[in-house]
Amino acid sequence: MNLSNQIVKLNPNQQSEDRPSRSSAASRARQDRLARNIFFVITLLPVFLILVVTIALLYRSWPILKAYPLNDLLFGKIWKPTDGQFGFGPFILGTFWVTAVGVILSVPPCILVSIYLAEYAHAKTRSVAKPVLDLLAAIPPVVYGVWGLLAIVPFVDEVLAPLSARWLGSISIFSVNQPTGFSILAAGIVLAVMIAPLIISVMYEIFSTVPNDLRHASLAVGATQWQTIRNIIIPQVMPGIVAAIVLGASRALGETIAVLMVVGNIPQIPTSIFDSAYPLPALIANNYGEMMSIPLYDAALLSAALVLLIVILIFNIISMLVIQRMLRRKWA
Amino acid sequence: MGLMKKHFQRRHLMEAFMKFIMRTSLVIVAGALGLILWIIIVRGFPSLSWEMVSQIPQGGYYMGKGGGILNAIIGSLYLAAGGTFLAMVFSVPIAMYLKTYLGDSKWGQYVRLSLDVLWGIPSIVYGAFGFTIMLALGMRASLLAGIVILALIELPIMTRAMDEVIRRMPVDLEHAALALGSTKFEVALRVVSRQMLPGITTAILLGFGRGIGDAASVLFTAGYTDRIPTSIMRPTASLPLAVFFQLGSPYPEVRQRGYAAALILTIIVLIVSLGSRWLSARLNKYTVK
Amino acid sequence: MLRLYRKQIMDAHIQVKNLNVYYGKQQALKDINIEIPKNQITVIMGPSGCGKTTLLKTFNRFLELTGDTRLTGEVLVDGQNIYDRDVDVTEVRKCVGLLAQRPSPLPMSIYDNVVYGMNIHKMKKDRKEYKAAVRHYLEIAGLWDEVQKRLHDPATSLSIGQQQRLCLARGLAVEPEIILGDEPTSALDPISSQNIESRLLQLKEQYTTVIVTHTLRQAKRLADYVIYMYLGEVIEAGIAHDVFTNPQHERTRAYLEGQI
Repeated sequence: MNLSNQIVKLNPNQQSEDRPSRSSAASRARQDRLARNIFFVITLLPVFLILVVTIALLYRSWPILKAYPLNDLLFGKIWKPTDGQFGFGPFILGTFWVTAVGVILSVPPCILVSIYLAEYAHAKTRSVAKPVLDLLAAIPPVVYGVWGLLAIVPFVDEVLAPLSARWLGSISIFSVNQPTGFSILAAGIVLAVMIAPLIISVMYEIFSTVPNDLRHASLAVGATQWQTIRNIIIPQVMPGIVAAIVLGASRALGETIAVLMVVGNIPQIPTSIFDSAYPLPALIANNYGEMMSIPLYDAALLSAALVLLIVILIFNIISMLVIQRMLRRKWA
Repeated sequence: MGLMKKHFQRRHLMEAFMKFIMRTSLVIVAGALGLILWIIIVRGFPSLSWEMVSQIPQGGYYMGKGGGILNAIIGSLYLAAGGTFLAMVFSVPIAMYLKTYLGDSKWGQYVRLSLDVLWGIPSIVYGAFGFTIMLALGMRASLLAGIVILALIELPIMTRAMDEVIRRMPVDLEHAALALGSTKFEVALRVVSRQMLPGITTAILLGFGRGIGDAASVLFTAGYTDRIPTSIMRPTASLPLAVFFQLGSPYPEVRQRGYAAALILTIIVLIVSLGSRWLSARLNKYTVK
Repeated sequence: MLRLYRKQIMDAHIQVKNLNVYYGKQQALKDINIEIPKNQITVIMGPSGCGKTTLLKTFNRFLELTGDTRLTGEVLVDGQNIYDRDVDVTEVRKCVGLLAQRPSPLPMSIYDNVVYGMNIHKMKKDRKEYKAAVRHYLEIAGLWDEVQKRLHDPATSLSIGQQQRLCLARGLAVEPEIILGDEPTSALDPISSQNIESRLLQLKEQYTTVIVTHTLRQAKRLADYVIYMYLGEVIEAGIAHDVFTNPQHERTRAYLEGQI
């Protein structure tokens, strides 16, 4: 009798506290499905965005793409929007020269630094290097531009140009044809520093994917560390190294403000690294204010942005695929 | 067998040489940072004044008269804060979804790849894109437009930062929760979010740092003004543009103030960057490794 | 802390004197004083974590590859301290070869794997000599018959047992005097294990061999000389037969009887 009373008493208490009833489980399942759907849609956002940006720019640049053949636009040498002349040639070449100088200056030290950090350095060195690289990456482009203005342009003007004029003057790409330091070289130097943290950190990750067993196998037969790196490690990760360089190049391609402040902004076809130039991003940034005042000007500038976007997308997608695949091997 | 002594071999010379140029390169890279900070401080500090950070530009500021760049400082803070917050609203769910539902599946790889690709798009392209949208919607340059574009730029940065942190989380916690009968959503809510905390703070600070320093995107979208923004639909000044415009002035005093503005911007970014290290180190204490 | 040594070793190839090894603040090896006899198989045995691999790694200076390790004392090979300042570590590793636990073929062809070490040290003059050497060492490792028709296939196309034999050939190709084995058969199937063991027994008279194992049975099969370790110390060392049939130290006895 007592027992059944107790049982009766237990139930009312239970009902108010925990309810492992069917309705609760169902509503939790519903909640889960709803959340899953919302999250799914939100996650589609990145993929969606890439498409939207490309389409929007394409749409807006359509007028000029229709009006002029692509050949004229890409290879035309004359830029006079008021006369209806939209030759992007000088700007594309300017972008190319600046990016090339930046990458050429940056890559060799970056490879060396990443190898050192990955293969030789003590943990202490690495723990100092990481904040240094993070800080370099965090410095805003406009501050890099100020540095370029205050330190690099004078350096090119007062040190490098005279040296080059004296020793390398006969080689055309090193000839000094203008009196200022606002040049491709100055922009290249600034870019080289800007893209260095990116290249180094990607290469470092790549080197870390090589399993220690391989290193030990080479060292165990008496190879030096450098022999191991040269014979085993670098060949193993070569695609990743190239991908890192391509990634750095694509970052240099798109850099606007820092380059703009030191490159001279003269729309000419460059013949020497000491010449001024006018890369595509600078063109867009400098002239966006007058975009709406001249017919087709806005379409032209936006098509420049489109060209940049497409080239950068291609570079990025390919290099990211390679890098992602290498990194996955490590986790596997 | 007593011949293990060091003797000249070309490969040892090579090794020593390579180590030498590697160390030199490291010094060069670290030195570049020092050089940059040094110049900014040395050239910026003399023109730094209380007036600069506490006043908006008075008439004729760009010709050397009085005032400061408070408009730009506050404008940038609004822009970066707004952009980061908006980006976070989307990146936290995306990061959670990636971890809880997608993991390392094919679809997860596609999403990560597209995030990386988005991250690689330069801000000038985002700015141009923003401009086309503004044209289409008939919007004028405004704080809101700037915030939206910055959110777009910061989204991939923040999501990937969170994703990297979450990936290192031990799965056991989630498995334990799932084994006890939680739905995946509940696991996301209770277990993953708590573990994500250091990742979220790092991501926020990373995104904020980017938002406050970016010029090419706000050029198109946020416009410029000499006033402190009072409405989200009006244009706003930003620090990077303030630096840029002052530097372009023919008056040396204005240019000097530009250097000081660059110094202010650099200091803010340094604080944010170092602060995020400290914060994530502290928060890591409360998570399970 | 009783350490008991049997009869003096007549011909010690490696001598360890007062060796202490630290990983950071933790001491991994305490006061090791042992000798390794020439041209015999020495087995270092003991429960996991007792420091056997650490001790093995001091013999070819692999210890310094792990961060933050510190070492005091001496390790003498033929009377010369390999940790001396003017000793070339790559020469040490040429002289003291290592067969690792997990077979690690280099990402190249079978032929190139064997040639790798010889190339590093420029040990042969021309292609003919290299080809002959490759055949020689693959035969010693018992792999020649199986791969002679596909020397230029990637090494990763071999089975795991074959890979380990390839690693053996690769290691022998640089003409070491000492072979170290860090549980060289623990990743292999029984047949391949047996294969490797029989190779090592055949090579015993030409090389001094030191094997780390955590299986007592393997120790009994291979050992001429045995070192038993526990918690970073050498508890007992001596001629295998003696130690196995009549262990002097109580810990040794416990281990042999399966208690540890």
